[in-house]
Amino acid sequence: MTILDDPGQGGSREPGAGGGAEPGDQPTEGLAFDPRHFGIAPDEPWPDDVPRGQDDSHWRFEHDPGRARIAELRIAACWIVSLLASIGIAVVYVTGAQNQASGILWALAFLGIGVGLILWARDLLPGHDVIASRGRHDASDEGNRWAVAESFARGLEPIARRPFLFKLLGAVGGVFGIAALFPLASLGPRPDRNLYHTKWGRGVRAVTEDGRPLRPSDLPVNGILTVFPEGGMEDALAPTLLINLGDAPFEIPPSRTNWNIGGIVAFSKICTHAGCPAGLYNVQTHQLVCPCHQSTFDVLEDCKPVFGPAPRSLPQLPITTDTEGYIVARSDYTQPVGPGFWNRG
Amino acid sequence: MSTTQERADTQKRFTLAKKGFDEADDRFASSRWFVSVLDKIFPDHWSFMVGEIALDSLILLILTGVYLTFFFIPNSRDVVYAPTAGHVYAPLVGQHMSEAYQSVLNISFNVRFGLLMRQAHHWAALVFLAAVVFHLCRIFFTGAFRKPRETNWIIGLTLWMIVMLEGFTGYSLPDDLLSGTGIRVIYSVLEGIPFVGTWITYDLWGGRYPGTTFITRLFIVHEFIFPALIVGLLSAHLMILWRQKHTDFPGPGKTETNIRGSRVWPQYAMKAGGLAMIVSGVIFALAGLVQINPVWIYGPYTPYTVSTGSTPDWYVAWLDGAVRLWPHWEFRSFGHEIANPFFPGLLIPGVVFTLMYLWPVVDRKIYNDHERHNLLDRPRDKPFRTGVGVAAIVFFADLTLATGDDILSNNLHIPFERILEVLQYGVVIGPVAGFLIAYKACKALQRTDAHPIRHPVGGMIVRAADGSYHTLGEAHAPHAGEDGYVEVEKAEEHAEEHAEGR
Ligand code: HEM
Ligand code: FES
Repeated sequence: MTILDDPGQGGSREPGAGGGAEPGDQPTEGLAFDPRHFGIAPDEPWPDDVPRGQDDSHWRFEHDPGRARIAELRIAACWIVSLLASIGIAVVYVTGAQNQASGILWALAFLGIGVGLILWARDLLPGHDVIASRGRHDASDEGNRWAVAESFARGLEPIARRPFLFKLLGAVGGVFGIAALFPLASLGPRPDRNLYHTKWGRGVRAVTEDGRPLRPSDLPVNGILTVFPEGGMEDALAPTLLINLGDAPFEIPPSRTNWNIGGIVAFSKICTHAGCPAGLYNVQTHQLVCPCHQSTFDVLEDCKPVFGPAPRSLPQLPITTDTEGYIVARSDYTQPVGPGFWNRG
Repeated sequence: MSTTQERADTQKRFTLAKKGFDEADDRFASSRWFVSVLDKIFPDHWSFMVGEIALDSLILLILTGVYLTFFFIPNSRDVVYAPTAGHVYAPLVGQHMSEAYQSVLNISFNVRFGLLMRQAHHWAALVFLAAVVFHLCRIFFTGAFRKPRETNWIIGLTLWMIVMLEGFTGYSLPDDLLSGTGIRVIYSVLEGIPFVGTWITYDLWGGRYPGTTFITRLFIVHEFIFPALIVGLLSAHLMILWRQKHTDFPGPGKTETNIRGSRVWPQYAMKAGGLAMIVSGVIFALAGLVQINPVWIYGPYTPYTVSTGSTPDWYVAWLDGAVRLWPHWEFRSFGHEIANPFFPGLLIPGVVFTLMYLWPVVDRKIYNDHERHNLLDRPRDKPFRTGVGVAAIVFFADLTLATGDDILSNNLHIPFERILEVLQYGVVIGPVAGFLIAYKACKALQRTDAHPIRHPVGGMIVRAADGSYHTLGEAHAPHAGEDGYVEVEKAEEHAEEHAEGR
């Protein structure tokens, strides 16, 4: 191992670090301690990672009392700024804590102290580079390495002599570990039919955000409206878009011919990508855009995704009108709404 | 110079300090330890300061965060915002919102210094993560993760992961429209996990989205579980750093076995304290002057509304960007499916983090280097590693850009479809190009400047005995500065002698 134990090596080469103290500038004559001492009693051997024999007691304006005095005043000025800002904080608090004013005052209070401390450290405090040994904190000597291995083996041997108990403990521990996870299962219910169903159902009315049922005539051509199943506002998968396509030619599979009311179609508003509401409707192109990641669905073509990360069409909700002429669902969605999951089926 | 009075004072202070340390020593035999603390040597390089900035902003985060917990109500119960005593935000009066959102409005408008603390908390988080990311790059490009510091690399990466999640859970707490949207996407990512996705989401949310318990749970995670992990891991990180000592850049007189720097006490400690104050000052200036996360403008969250331009905080933006760029693929067979958001939301970050965790092993193989290192690499001296680092930065930058695709498209008047396509190609081609350019650049730099000690970059001006000036290390300079040259040579010889000898 190498130690730079040559006094004056390295550190002293720096200008200002000084090559040992000159007799003239002994500020500490006759003291009980030597400020250049590195914490080690003179008769003790030097430990590894402590610098030795290098003088880092010098500071920037040591030989310039005039500039030292100016530095001191400068630091004091910084702290006065901080003091005034602190008083300002109190004033601002009493007068309602206007945010910009508060911010500036808090900032000044911090910055005043901070800049003052930095200046003090830079101009008036000792702290030159020194060189020390790193010591051997990353590896012990071989003797100690043997010692720990032996210590451990001494206890391990009697245990390892009972492989049966040892293995059983492992197995039991594993099983108990799994059992100990059961409290976590109480955090939530088991995944249930809610994954596949919404609050829509046969004859459930479509209502607006404030609970008003709708007639087909409430929706003008090219109109679009977010509707909810009556009494099921809180169902986050239920929001549905009613769109009046007028006489724009739209394609819907033959099996769903009676799922619309004239030009009015209903599609899930929940994006099949990651579940955001796909609510931006372009009347010219009849496309729905999801603002989260720009998936684009073509309403004229069964809400097929035509751009973006959405992998599937928005599911269609079959609608009709009830005896009072209000728009109702014919049934729930016939496939799970929203993003995919393992058992979506 | 010193007067008798001064000497007497010094003597008195010394006696007093000695008495204090003696009291401690009588109980803990602590004197040796205190010496090692006070005389601890820290190398001085501006890039080492960034770790300190991270630490300072973390302290600020904890203090402002604790303050906010006194006012925040972690409850998703529905309330109607109504004028109360004090200030209200008029545009939202009469609207339905969660109690959590209402309490944040309350902090912002009705608690004196509440808004300042909220914004300081958020700004501190941004500064903190910027410092952590910079610090991570510093560690990577200089090879500070090499033996014996692999443990700190692992802890550091884990910290990075947790602080990203901590930030995300934090800005999700107010239950505003923006953050609610983020939560919805995360729900979908988790729900898409093969086999167990729906179990996980039902457990975390206490049922199907949105559930009624989530804000409460999120709060416990944000103000207790993650902070405990962060403080725990960071303590380990710093204890290891303390024990192994700091790395340092190579330079005159520096060897693998010595350390050069100034002692902690007093100058370094005072500088560190000053820096902490300055970091706090800057963060509070930002908190006062630059608005951040104005949740009252976004409005309360509902599952059926969303605004355009919703982007997350910058440090998790790359995850959102990945979700945007991943094509519309998902996999279906035998009645099962792996949903689309799972791939960019979990699989890609998983792969990225695994590669980063493994990097010290990979690096060891590439350079066939199993030695311990205390002196850092200059990035140019390890072109392959530097290339990989640059490739990673390009990768993250591309994903981060993708998160602003709609904003970019609005501002640049380019259809967002084109922007996404460019970024989709970019995320594959960009890192390769970044690697090649960085690799070549390193090689070129190596050629022009052979040795960091003998030929300092940028040149060092020396004055020769005849009064003329020369650039040190310029081999072709007509009258190479003999003096300076010899001086540096000597320093090297010394260092080598010491490395060999003893
Ligand atoms: C929670 C945030 C973090 C804080 C507050 C923090 C703080 C620090 C500080 C103060 C240092 C010493 C000074 C310096 O080199 O800058 C340090 C060293 C170190 N950090 Fe971090 N760190 C954080 C995250 C990370 C991350 C994300 C990584 C990398 C994945 C990392 C890896 C390291 C390593 C390997 C060292 C020792 C290197 C050396 O001695 O130069 N840290 N950390
Ligand atoms: S959630 Fe609609 S595009 Fe991602």
